Amino acid sequence: MTATETQPQRSGQGMNLKVLGPILALVVLVIVGAALNGNFLSAANITNVLSRSAFIGIIAVGMTFVITGGGLDLSVGSMAAFIAGLMILVMNAMLPMMGPGWPLVFVGMLTAMVAGTLAGFVNGFLITTMRIEAFIVTLGTMGIYRSLVTWLADGGTLSLDFGMRSVIRPIYFDGILGISWPIIVFALVAITGELVMRRAAFGRHAAAVGSNDQVARYSSVNVNRVRMLTYVFLGILVGVATIMYVPRLGSASPSTGVLWELEAIAAVIIGGTMLKGGFGRVWGTVIGVLILSLIDNILNLTDGVSPYLNGAIQGVIIILAVILQRDKKAES
Amino acid sequence: MKFTKITAAALAATLAMPAMAQDTKVIGVSIPAATHGWAGGMNFHAQQAVDRLEEVYPQLDFVLATASDPAKQVNDIEDMLATRNISALVVLPFESEPLTSPVKAVADSGAWVTVVDRGLAQPGIEDLYVAGDNPGFGKVSGEYMVSAMPDGGDIVVFRGIPTTIDNERVEGFQEAIEGSGINVLAMEHGNWNRDDSFTVMQDFLSKYDQIDAVWASDDDMAIGVLAAIEQSGRDDIQFVLGGAGMKEMVAKVRDGDPMIPADVTYPPSMIATAIEMTAVGLTSTAPVSGTFTIGSVLITPENAADFYYEDSPF
Repeated sequence: MTATETQPQRSGQGMNLKVLGPILALVVLVIVGAALNGNFLSAANITNVLSRSAFIGIIAVGMTFVITGGGLDLSVGSMAAFIAGLMILVMNAMLPMMGPGWPLVFVGMLTAMVAGTLAGFVNGFLITTMRIEAFIVTLGTMGIYRSLVTWLADGGTLSLDFGMRSVIRPIYFDGILGISWPIIVFALVAITGELVMRRAAFGRHAAAVGSNDQVARYSSVNVNRVRMLTYVFLGILVGVATIMYVPRLGSASPSTGVLWELEAIAAVIIGGTMLKGGFGRVWGTVIGVLILSLIDNILNLTDGVSPYLNGAIQGVIIILAVILQRDKKAES
Repeated sequence: MKFTKITAAALAATLAMPAMAQDTKVIGVSIPAATHGWAGGMNFHAQQAVDRLEEVYPQLDFVLATASDPAKQVNDIEDMLATRNISALVVLPFESEPLTSPVKAVADSGAWVTVVDRGLAQPGIEDLYVAGDNPGFGKVSGEYMVSAMPDGGDIVVFRGIPTTIDNERVEGFQEAIEGSGINVLAMEHGNWNRDDSFTVMQDFLSKYDQIDAVWASDDDMAIGVLAAIEQSGRDDIQFVLGGAGMKEMVAKVRDGDPMIPADVTYPPSMIATAIEMTAVGLTSTAPVSGTFTIGSVLITPENAADFYYEDSPF
């Protein structure tokens, strides 16, 4: 049984690279960015990059739990677009009764939260109770939400009433002490997520379910309930992200949130969470999100690289980040 | 879904009374689904044109199909040919290459073919080609920039999704501003998308301390650009020129918004032009074959009212 004896040592050695990989990639990106453009480290640029990371970031924290629990959610981008459209429709409809003001903003927020919770519940119900593959369920709901928002918008764009837009704008653009609200909310969500993953029973249960649901079941973990909750939490976080998103441009269209699901999944994987489930790392996900948005930012700030190649560069860095953190011994 | 009922009724009538079928001609219309603003506008105008023409020409029937990808569009066209015996097809190809042979099969069956906006990969298949003028779109935009900035200046340019349409527009634009003293600081793809353009404009504002104007080249992109400028609080940018004729932007031009002094058309209603001309071709002796190019027009506060469609989603 020499194999079992050396096992803990192996993973112990691997952890260092696994932990350092994404951080190293982020540090390299920051150095490259600062070298290429003097404005890269300016407060305005950093605020911009962090604020725009917040949507994917908040969603990716929820996605970390879903993937850790052995699931996957492809519907989050379409779901965000649909919830944004719904939120705008509800606020526009209530405007004549309530007038533009904060009470109406709260109605909009409530709409987004309720819709997000329900959407997460539907995914979770179909996956756990109806026992359909997560990939299939969320592929289906992805198409459903995308069609629904196209239908709601009549193929065009749903726009928030102009008077209301100036009321709701501060949610994206203002903040406390120069730190904008999306950054604050993203930070709070990430810290809570990290604590739940590390310290709470729910985080351990999600990892157990993702690692081996039979063993988890014998250990008296309510597998279905844990899985269901990961999807509901993700739905709620999509609602939160949408609340941050709508104030930015005051509109939702069928092109809102396209490919967000893949960006969120990429961020989770770059951050060191295992795609097959069983191990998740929320702070890694946050770094993954920052890496993805910094690449975009740096490419926009520099000349010399054809914009046609942006996707290729992102792809290379995603693969590199994962190679950097791979447990080398796992191959053999 | 009045339209479906009409076609269903027509189908029932055709089955019941074969003798009458010879008098009724069916025009198939196949277009991409309403997945973005411009396509939404096109769907609206297609439906409007079909509704109007069904009243004007009792001897014409219409089948309208919208497809969300090229494969679905090929299926739609094959179904029209196989089950509806169409006399004419009006098609806005999702992509040129995959649609070429299915549309050729329609033409080979003897039906009339009208191609809209995006050409097919092989010349000579269509009887009528109705399209917007992409090099002209860029040219009109460039000429406006030159006239608005007689002393020259530094601009940034937003491009659409990388396609030949986008290339033709940008080439037309560059020809028009050549030698004018207008200096293009940078070009980046905003992908005809508000969110992408918002982030790209934020980055441009970080990168350059002085930007005199923006050619956003599309109204959705212009909205993202405007939001980024407003957030930055910068006042060096004098104006933003979009394009396509979105009704919100036309309203801004009409109301004299200093940031949006003009717009350049690329009308989604060109599908209506194509359907109308096809109907004329099938019902009269007026010749309609050939190429019909719809020019891009500069919308200014004086003529903005003519380009504002209240009911259209775009």
